[in-house]
Amino acid sequence: MSENKEALRIEILRYLEKHSRVNLNDLAALMGTEEAEVANEMAEMEKEKIICGYHTLIDWDKTGVEMVTALIEVRVTPQRDRGFDRLAERIYNYPEVYAVYLISGSYDLLVTLEGKSLKEVSRFVSEKLSPIEGVLNTATHFILKKYKDHGTIMTPKTESERIMVMP
Amino acid sequence: MRSPLSKKIINIQPSGIRRFFDVANEMKDAISLGVGEPDFDTPWRIRDEGIFSLEKGRTFYTSNAGLKELRQEICRYLERKIHVSYDPMKETLVTVGGSEAIDVGLRCMLDPGDEVIIPQPSYVSYLPCTVMADGVPVTVPLKYENEFKLTVEDLEEYTTPKTKILIMPFPNNPTGSIMTREDLEPVAEFVKEHDLYVISDEIYSELTYQTEHVSIASLPGMRERTVVINGFSKGFAMTGWRLGYCCGPEAIIEQMTKLHQFAIMCAPTTSQYAAVEGLRNCEDEVEEMRRSYNQRRRFLMHEFKRMGLECFEPFGAFYVFPSIKKFGMSSEEFATRLLQEEKVAVVPGTAFGECGEGFLRISYAYSLEDLKEALGRVERFITRLREKK
Repeated sequence: MSENKEALRIEILRYLEKHSRVNLNDLAALMGTEEAEVANEMAEMEKEKIICGYHTLIDWDKTGVEMVTALIEVRVTPQRDRGFDRLAERIYNYPEVYAVYLISGSYDLLVTLEGKSLKEVSRFVSEKLSPIEGVLNTATHFILKKYKDHGTIMTPKTESERIMVMP
Repeated sequence: MRSPLSKKIINIQPSGIRRFFDVANEMKDAISLGVGEPDFDTPWRIRDEGIFSLEKGRTFYTSNAGLKELRQEICRYLERKIHVSYDPMKETLVTVGGSEAIDVGLRCMLDPGDEVIIPQPSYVSYLPCTVMADGVPVTVPLKYENEFKLTVEDLEEYTTPKTKILIMPFPNNPTGSIMTREDLEPVAEFVKEHDLYVISDEIYSELTYQTEHVSIASLPGMRERTVVINGFSKGFAMTGWRLGYCCGPEAIIEQMTKLHQFAIMCAPTTSQYAAVEGLRNCEDEVEEMRRSYNQRRRFLMHEFKRMGLECFEPFGAFYVFPSIKKFGMSSEEFATRLLQEEKVAVVPGTAFGECGEGFLRISYAYSLEDLKEALGRVERFITRLREKK
């Protein structure tokens, strides 16, 4: 890949990561290039799974919807030949599982879970997660308040105090 | 009773567009593209360092020339960025913004009657500071067809045996124009030939796009003739901290430090501690801001082209300087009507010198959403003007 193309791709990604709803026309202008080129790069990166999705960051606390998020530390025994991947797969296939990471340190997998209530999350842990063969133990942490998520501070900033015009 | 005021200050004309500024600043519901400061908050690690210095009780004066640590970091930074080395103890002075350095520099370098070449359009303080320092300002109108760069032809026309100082305001506020190495070389030769000194105001140096900023001080034989002025306001988004600096030959910095000591004592201590962190650990934050400005710059150029608004492509600062000559009204009239009819505040080019007539300064230190909203209104306004014609 040419250096320019690589630089353009990275700049597109950096921009999209924060403003995924930008329209193609604006994005091309911001990048200083043609719409077709930006569209091509995006399509290619989607195909290559560099761009894995376009999501919306929602503060559910501000809606009436009940939502509990938990972080679960999981210690497991890796399986012969397949390491942690097989176990991770058994966990991440559950739709209520939001994220699964392999972690260095005193436990192995970090699982993020979203449920309607504490009870629902607890039930998942005791009935689904813990009984999986190879899972040694779990520790569940409930999230009480999200201050910042996906690089975004959840409480909106006060208005700018800059004056209108100055030389 | 006799007048309490000096003739010098009385004779300095207040900016002709003061009235426009007053009106604009009262219009709270207008959208502004008229501000000369970043829209970003100061990077958190810098603010945190300022808070920490207050918690530690670092609330005393620093040495007159500035914290030694800060001066050392400034010299390392300049070595990295413009490839000129300065002695932090003898050739570096920390000032209250770049503005103080302009004022103090002129007062230390001018004798009555010495002429100062001030290329315009440019920032508003060079001229009054020259007058207060008993110098004679000689303004040089830069030309649109040269993309508002300074050329030797310009200099030849305005240099006299009394010329002592050349102000180099690049990257330029308000035009966004920059001087590349190729542009600077003949100017440097001219300066040496005519035994001039240069005050190079490089406050926007971090905001240079698609090329590296080049300081005239880095050209052969120019270090000993140049005072480089820079600061934290623009590149580090620290306008309110009031912190700048200058570096130059010991003989000049020594006298500037003397005047600074009597007039100011020292730059704000909290700001100095915070700035050390800025120079040590904020490359990424500065780069991120530069990337954003560059995107908006490209966006504006694209939009102007679409609207048929004539503008050269600027590669510095966070301003574009489109021409409105074909609408047949003055800059101030255009800006005033745009403000009244569409509630968009921009700055008439004439705020930066007479030769700014026919142009507007539009700042892109605004979010994309603001820019789009404001440009939509500008487009509506010029469409109306065109229809009337």
